[in-house]
Amino acid sequence: MENEQQPKPFKQFFMNFKLKLKTVLTSKAANTFYSVLFAIVLGLLVGLVILLFSNPRAAFPAFGKILLGFFGDPVSISVGIGNFLYYSTPLLLTGLAVGFAFKTGLFNIGASGQFMVAQYVAVLVAFATANLGPFNWIVALVAGILAGAIWGFFPGFFKAAFNINEVITSIMFNWIGMYLTTMLIKNNKVIFDQSRARTFVIPKTAFIPKLGLDKLFPNSSIDIGIFLAIGVAVIIYFVLNKTTFGFELKAVGHNRHASKYAGINEKRNIIIAMVISGALAGMAGGLQILAGGAGNVGNSILVIETLSPEGFNGIPVALLGLSHPIGIIFSAFFITFIQAGGNNAAAAVIPYEIVDIIIAVIIYCSAFSLLVRLYIANRLQKKRIEEEAKHLKTLNNAVSDTSVNKGDLNG
Amino acid sequence: MDNLSFFVQQMLIFFVPLVIVAIGGMFSEKSGVINIALEGIMIFGGYVGIVFIRAMQQKGYLADSPQLLLICGLIISGVSGLIFSLLHAFASINLKADQTISGVALNMLAPALVFFIARSATNTRQVFFNPVFMIRSVPWLGKIPILGPLFFQKAYLTTYIGIAIVLLSAFILRKTRLGLRLSACGEHPQAAESVGVNVQKMRWLGVGISGFLAGIGGLSFTIACAVSFNGTVAGYGFLALAVMIFGQWKPIRILWAALFFAVFKALSTTYSIFPFLVAWDIPNKGYIFNILPFVATMVALAFTSKKSRAPKAEGIPFDSGAR
Repeated sequence: MENEQQPKPFKQFFMNFKLKLKTVLTSKAANTFYSVLFAIVLGLLVGLVILLFSNPRAAFPAFGKILLGFFGDPVSISVGIGNFLYYSTPLLLTGLAVGFAFKTGLFNIGASGQFMVAQYVAVLVAFATANLGPFNWIVALVAGILAGAIWGFFPGFFKAAFNINEVITSIMFNWIGMYLTTMLIKNNKVIFDQSRARTFVIPKTAFIPKLGLDKLFPNSSIDIGIFLAIGVAVIIYFVLNKTTFGFELKAVGHNRHASKYAGINEKRNIIIAMVISGALAGMAGGLQILAGGAGNVGNSILVIETLSPEGFNGIPVALLGLSHPIGIIFSAFFITFIQAGGNNAAAAVIPYEIVDIIIAVIIYCSAFSLLVRLYIANRLQKKRIEEEAKHLKTLNNAVSDTSVNKGDLNG
Repeated sequence: MDNLSFFVQQMLIFFVPLVIVAIGGMFSEKSGVINIALEGIMIFGGYVGIVFIRAMQQKGYLADSPQLLLICGLIISGVSGLIFSLLHAFASINLKADQTISGVALNMLAPALVFFIARSATNTRQVFFNPVFMIRSVPWLGKIPILGPLFFQKAYLTTYIGIAIVLLSAFILRKTRLGLRLSACGEHPQAAESVGVNVQKMRWLGVGISGFLAGIGGLSFTIACAVSFNGTVAGYGFLALAVMIFGQWKPIRILWAALFFAVFKALSTTYSIFPFLVAWDIPNKGYIFNILPFVATMVALAFTSKKSRAPKAEGIPFDSGAR
């Protein structure tokens, strides 16, 4: 009798698993994930509709190519993957720069300037320390990160000291950084190649090492930069979520005045947050310019007087990743993925900009994520209440059943 | 005198789009909606306006009255900017979305859409037009000594429209019921609602006006700066945002802020006509003058920005039940 009433171990396990799965699927994080997924699906659909309107014959093949991402690489999938990881590196870090600032209540629209200043300093130091051999790239990269940090310091400082909105300072320092680096590069005969209007290729010892990754993904541009970037994202996650320091930064972001009353030095925290954000954007610039690229030919700074788009591209990455460091890893991967697809599709007479449209629509839809989340949460709650009511009913029935049984026994 | 009038003409080229778009941004923020999408709206409005002007010029319509054509173009630009900005209004007012996100999305969408349409249609990113909009000399006013050459010769109609917009918006904001209600919605929307103001309607209006003005700004930037539209307004939307903050969300102060910035900006293109600047012996003069407007703005802000007068409720979706 007793044995029959006890569920079998397998069944028990299965039920536990089901319960766990259910809690995971209905958790807050999953809810967030659904809302992002909703935005992505909607964005892709809009892209498809636009394609159908503009070029019905090529629409479906092109759309397929976009969805295939790096798998559709015309050379080989391994080149596709290698380049995919390579191109997602700066995007991940600028996304992290913007996202980190968002978490601390700041809008760093100056990643572009920080990125450019870091590139200039990294190249300068790469040439200056060419005799350091294997340490050359480390020194150059660190110099780039520091330069980005310094450029991030200004918006933080102006906000803390003069109460100037960081958006305006960031915008101003984008332009100052752009003109300043252009001037400094053009004046420097060591690094500026006048005939090609770009910097010379840096010494080979300053290239970011590949550690055999180029053998794993032959002919692609990959280097260890992507692993450094992911590592930094994980560190940022721990700093923000597991340390007092991170808590203080976020507290200042939530309410500057309340934090001040709680004994947090809010001005110092604003400056530090911007410095870290700038350092992250600087790391993006450093890793990009110090990369050896495919066949180790090296990169160089093209001297044109425009703001670098990379810094601005970090904003959608951060937004799609909901400013969460781990989310930003995935959003950078996703955006690079469909960009790779877009590049492949562009070969098939579809303007490349369709991918930008898709990304923009995805970001636009993700702005409604709050609404979608609320809707899902509401439905889940309704369901839970219904289930609880049902459960209560069965419990009641069971209680009355047993009481009846008891009555029988007594009688 | 010639030098000075050349300087003023250059200065006005920078000044006009900045002030128009900054005033637009002000209307949106006064109503409580942060509009970071100004850059995108400028691009979209500018593009549609230029396509319209190009089509008209190719057909030969209004060939003998370019100013009328320009006015039509400005209206088309304004209306298309307004339509584009409705996307922002819908997201941030009705769906209570994060206003920064939706603004960033529109900034991405505008150039992508414009390039996509341009490439699909003509296989090139550029749209050329015939630059016929400069007024050699305004009748009567151009003949006034001193003032004539400075402000009424080799001028663009958009300059006067821009000044009119500033004065009109200062009047609307301070003296009319509409303007005061609009400002109330950006300061304390719940209080505004409690006295019968429709906050949602006011915010739609604020964003709509900003879209209309940004569209006009996009076209006035293009016609004065180039002979073709290249899908960019060179960061003027963001600069206008900075000018708006510099101007403390007040029309007349925005006018001065834009003027301040434009004067320094114009120095970078015209310093070679001023003998005392040419004689000034510093290295990299060109770059120094390029950097100067931004540094000067920062310095000026450092002295004036201690008391920020940002609308208190900007960026916060309206919740009628909130306290």
